[in-house]
Amino acid sequence: MIGLTLLVRRELGLALRGGTDAVMAVVFFVLAAVLFPFGVGADPAMLPRIGGGIIWVVALLAAMLSLERMFSADYEDGSLDLLYLSPVGLGTLALAKALSHWMTTGVLLLIAAPILALLYNLPVSALGALFLSMLLGTPILSLVGGIGAALTLGARRGGVLLALLILPLYIPVLIFGASAIDGAVAGRPIAPQLMVLGGFLLAALALAPWATAAALRQAIE
Amino acid sequence: MFHRFANPARFSRIAARALPWSGAATIALFIIGIYYALFASPPDFQQGETVRIMYVHVPSAWISMACYSFIAVMSAVALIWKHPLADIAARSAAPLGAGFTLIVLITGSLWGKPTWGTWWVWDARLTSVLVLFFLYLGHIALTNAFDNPQRGARAAAVLALVGFVNIPIIKFSVDWWNTLHQPASVTRLDAPAIDPAILTPLLLMALAFTFYFVTMLLVRMRADLNAMRARALRLSAAE
Repeated sequence: MIGLTLLVRRELGLALRGGTDAVMAVVFFVLAAVLFPFGVGADPAMLPRIGGGIIWVVALLAAMLSLERMFSADYEDGSLDLLYLSPVGLGTLALAKALSHWMTTGVLLLIAAPILALLYNLPVSALGALFLSMLLGTPILSLVGGIGAALTLGARRGGVLLALLILPLYIPVLIFGASAIDGAVAGRPIAPQLMVLGGFLLAALALAPWATAAALRQAIE
Repeated sequence: MFHRFANPARFSRIAARALPWSGAATIALFIIGIYYALFASPPDFQQGETVRIMYVHVPSAWISMACYSFIAVMSAVALIWKHPLADIAARSAAPLGAGFTLIVLITGSLWGKPTWGTWWVWDARLTSVLVLFFLYLGHIALTNAFDNPQRGARAAAVLALVGFVNIPIIKFSVDWWNTLHQPASVTRLDAPAIDPAILTPLLLMALAFTFYFVTMLLVRMRADLNAMRARALRLSAAE
C-alpha cells in the first residue's frame, strides 16, 4: 500500500509538472465529439439517439492518446529496471500507473462529459447513466490500456500498434457503456449494464495488473 | 512429449518426413470432401443449394477457433517453460488463423445475403468473430513490431493469452444472446442435430481443413526455423 501511494504520488507529480499534456486529451475529447454533428447532421431529434455511442467512442480514443507514454519514459531512462528490482513489484507499479492515468485522464473526461451531453441534446435523465457508466468504464480503459502500453514498449510504430491491440479489448466496455446511455435516453432501466460494467471493472482490477506485469517483464528482459 | 521436439533440427527432420503424408492426406480429403459437398449430398429443404457454403464456412470457423486456442496454448508453453519451438509454432499459426477467420467472415457474408437478406448484422456471433480477426491481426503486428524477434514473440504470447477470453464468448454467443446466427448444431453435449447425409461431408471437409492447417503449419515452421538459422549465420558472419 505504501509503495502504491508513493508511486501514485510520483506519477501525479510528474503529470502536474508535465503541464498541459492531460488537458490535451480532454480537448481532443470535446473536439472530436464536436466533429460528428458536422458530419451526420445536427438534427436535434437524432443526436440523442446516437450521442451515447459517440461520446463513448470518443472517450475511448481520448483515453488511448496518453497510453503510449505510460511506461516509455521510465523504460528509456532506466527507472523501470530499478522499479523491477525494488520490493514494490511490477504488479503494484502497473496498478499505480493505471490509477494515475485514470486520475489525470479519466476523471477529466468525466468532468467534460456533461458538456457533451449538452451538445448532443441528451435528456437530463441520461446524465446519471452517462456519469455512472463513465465512472465505471474509464478505470477499465486505463487498466486494460496499461496492458497494451506494456506490450508495445520499444516497438516500432508503437502508437498505432497500441490502438490496434487495445481497441478489440475495449469493445465490451464500449458496448455496455453506450447501451447504458441509450437505455436511459429511451427510458429503460440501466442497472444491468452498470452491473456488467462493474463486473468488468472488478475483473480488470484483479487481472490487468498481472497481465501488465507479465508484459513489462518481457520488455525488461 | 514436448522434450522430444525441443531440438529444432530434429523437429525439422520429423516435419520434413511427415509433410508428404500430410500433404497427400490434405489433397485426398479435399477431393473426397468437395465431391461429397458439391455432388453427393442433398440440397437443403429451405435453403436449396446455398447450404453448400456451409461446407466451407463451418470447418473454417472450427479451424480458426482451434487455431487461436492452439496459439494460446503455445503462448502459455512459451512463457512458462520457454520451450524453443512454442514461439515459432504460435508465430507460424497466426497468419493461418487470420486467413481462416477471413474466410469465415466472407463466406458467412455470402451465405447471409440469400438466406438472411443481409450481408452483415451486428449480432453477438458475427461481432465476436470480427473481434477475433482483429486479435489475430494485432498478434501478427505485435510479433513483427520489434527488431528483436524474441521480444516480439514474447509480447505476442502475452497478447494471445489476454485475448483468449474471446474464444468462449464466440462459442457461447449464440446461447447467451438473441442472435440471428443459428445456435450450435454439431458441437453440443447432445447428439448433432444434422442429418447424416449433410453431417458426413461436413466432417470430411473439417478433416480436410485440419490436415491443410497441419501441412501449412509444418511448412511455415520449417521455413521459420531456416530463416532463424540464416539470420544467425548472417549475424555471426558480420562479426
